[in-house]
Amino acid sequence: MLAQQFVNAISLGGVYALFALGFTLVFGVLNVVNLAHGAVFTLGAYAALQTALYFHAPLPAAILVAAVCSAGAGWILDKLVFAPLRARQAPHLAPMVATLGVAIVLTSVVEGFFGAENLRFPTGILPTDTLSLAGLHFTWLELQIVSLAFLLMAVLLWGLKKTRAGRALRGVAESPKAAALLGVNVEALLRVTSIIASLLGGVAGVLIALYTNAVFPHMGQPMLHKGIAVVILGGMGDIRGALLGGFFLGFAEVFSVAYIGSTMRDAVAFGLLFIVLLLRPEGLFGQAAQRRA
Amino acid sequence: MLCSIKLISAMKIRLAIIALALIAQVVSAAVMAAEIKIGVAEALTGNASQYGRPIRQGIELAAGEINAAGGVPGTKLTLLFEDEQGRKEEAINVFKKLIFQDRVLMLFGPTLSNSAQASDPVAQAAKVVVFGTSNTADGITSIGDYVFRNSVTEADILPVTLKVAAQKTGFKKVAVLYGNDDIFTKSGYDNFARALQALKIPVTTTETFAKGDVDFKPQLTKIKASHPDAIVLSALIAEGAPIMVQARQLGINLPFIGGNGMNSPRVFELAKDSSDHLWVGSPWSVENPAAENQRFIAAYQKAYGTLPDQFAAQAYDAMYIVNQALRKMKLTGKLAADRKALRDALPSVQWTGATGPFKFRQVAGRDGKPAGYDAVQTAIVMMTKNNKYVIQK
Repeated sequence: MLAQQFVNAISLGGVYALFALGFTLVFGVLNVVNLAHGAVFTLGAYAALQTALYFHAPLPAAILVAAVCSAGAGWILDKLVFAPLRARQAPHLAPMVATLGVAIVLTSVVEGFFGAENLRFPTGILPTDTLSLAGLHFTWLELQIVSLAFLLMAVLLWGLKKTRAGRALRGVAESPKAAALLGVNVEALLRVTSIIASLLGGVAGVLIALYTNAVFPHMGQPMLHKGIAVVILGGMGDIRGALLGGFFLGFAEVFSVAYIGSTMRDAVAFGLLFIVLLLRPEGLFGQAAQRRA
Repeated sequence: MLCSIKLISAMKIRLAIIALALIAQVVSAAVMAAEIKIGVAEALTGNASQYGRPIRQGIELAAGEINAAGGVPGTKLTLLFEDEQGRKEEAINVFKKLIFQDRVLMLFGPTLSNSAQASDPVAQAAKVVVFGTSNTADGITSIGDYVFRNSVTEADILPVTLKVAAQKTGFKKVAVLYGNDDIFTKSGYDNFARALQALKIPVTTTETFAKGDVDFKPQLTKIKASHPDAIVLSALIAEGAPIMVQARQLGINLPFIGGNGMNSPRVFELAKDSSDHLWVGSPWSVENPAAENQRFIAAYQKAYGTLPDQFAAQAYDAMYIVNQALRKMKLTGKLAADRKALRDALPSVQWTGATGPFKFRQVAGRDGKPAGYDAVQTAIVMMTKNNKYVIQK
């Protein structure tokens, strides 16, 4: 049982981490608590589902469509919400409340178009083979989900570290003014950040929809709560923190079910989080009053 | 001149004929002792309308058939529909309107147990029969002796489901999984727990989940490690279907025994190809080949263009049960007396309809005295196979 719970925890943690990455990226660079991230997550899941249902597209194509749609949502989000508020130098809370509105609108639109009930991906397009290895059961799908999550995270980390744009992005996160003085196009970079973050959120939506077999309009809500917890745990705005926090939460949930009891699932997970924050108020990787990406 | 006189007299005659016809109509209406007015208060809009609409159609279909066959000898049934929106405040309002303003003989409804708790006392106080076709919660019929229902409760169905499944599959011990933050799945769990105790079936582990959860693999992995022979599941379809899929992915190929929440054809969409070996009990099944049931299904399909569900079937039967009572009594035209006569005639009705043989059983009120009437009916136990329910005898 232990080994199987390990597999469960890694799969779940991978999805949490992927979701938290986009969330923390927006916070680290744009300095916005993006409460619409959960709705973009839902949007991604629905975009992939509709592509699979109506065009009978194979899974990779559906994921690609979801990525494009959620990236588009990120672009619109920045263009219509973040950029105007930046231009007006709105106080901290204004963008957060605005994203809350965006979340409500997006969720309602999804509910209006596709109904409130649960949907699932058609069985035909999913790999259904199960691998059994020394009493462990995992599906090809799970393997693909986990590898895709890790791949996306690796690409993001590499991109931030090694590419010119990544370095510029980190510069903007550190100090937008200094970056602008050095000739970095700050506005464009902020927009790109919003796009990438939404893309990660949307793909995370497809992955968890595939992993759990459930697509419904409010699926982003519990995810958002967990995402916020993960990001706070890891240290607001820190990429490594989001990664580690995601897996921490995945493991905490799975093992609290395994060894304490399923009634206590969220209580244990969030209780642990609370203890970590008592000991390290700035989060695992956070540094007080300093922005990073 | 002559010609015009003729014209006038012709007109007079025509007027006289019309007047006579009018009088005749009025007189005949009075002689017919009017009609039997029955109030139907169901959730026709809002969330609960997914149950309220089939109920309305079931009652409408039955009343139409009864009237086409001559009504309750000499008297037609007239249905007055009101929308209670699935809300208890609205249920109280429309109950009052139907009872005091429209002066109906009796009431069907409301759709949800929650509303019935609030509105049935109004009918009880006014001494009007209220007949629920979809209220399954405990305690509804304890409200008073004017409260009837033909909806079978989970407390009646789940023990039968467990017993039949245990006989057929021979399971000795079970694991239990249920949603602990929903009144319906929680009360399903309570009933399962009682039934398991009564049948002396040991429980290997009891796991829970919350509404809106999507990942059940930790619980299922734990269940698997406790080596049960079957899994008892009290869940709504939104969580229940993914639970079945994820169980099969983990290599758990045990039978599931589900509550009424799992008794939905949606399981074949949401858990397609992973839905086999789910056992559920139901008062009604589309697969039941009994002649009464097949006749109902055909008539419903002809009238509304879709297959009926359990709620339509129970509503259809309820109208016929009332019809039986009306045939046994004599309508006096005095409303209070007729309302009481109907109450006295109903308890002894026995009827075989779409849901099979039916009779009433009196329950105790909160004060321990005899109160309203619950259904006595055998549950149909079904098992899923190849994305279909198959009746198990």
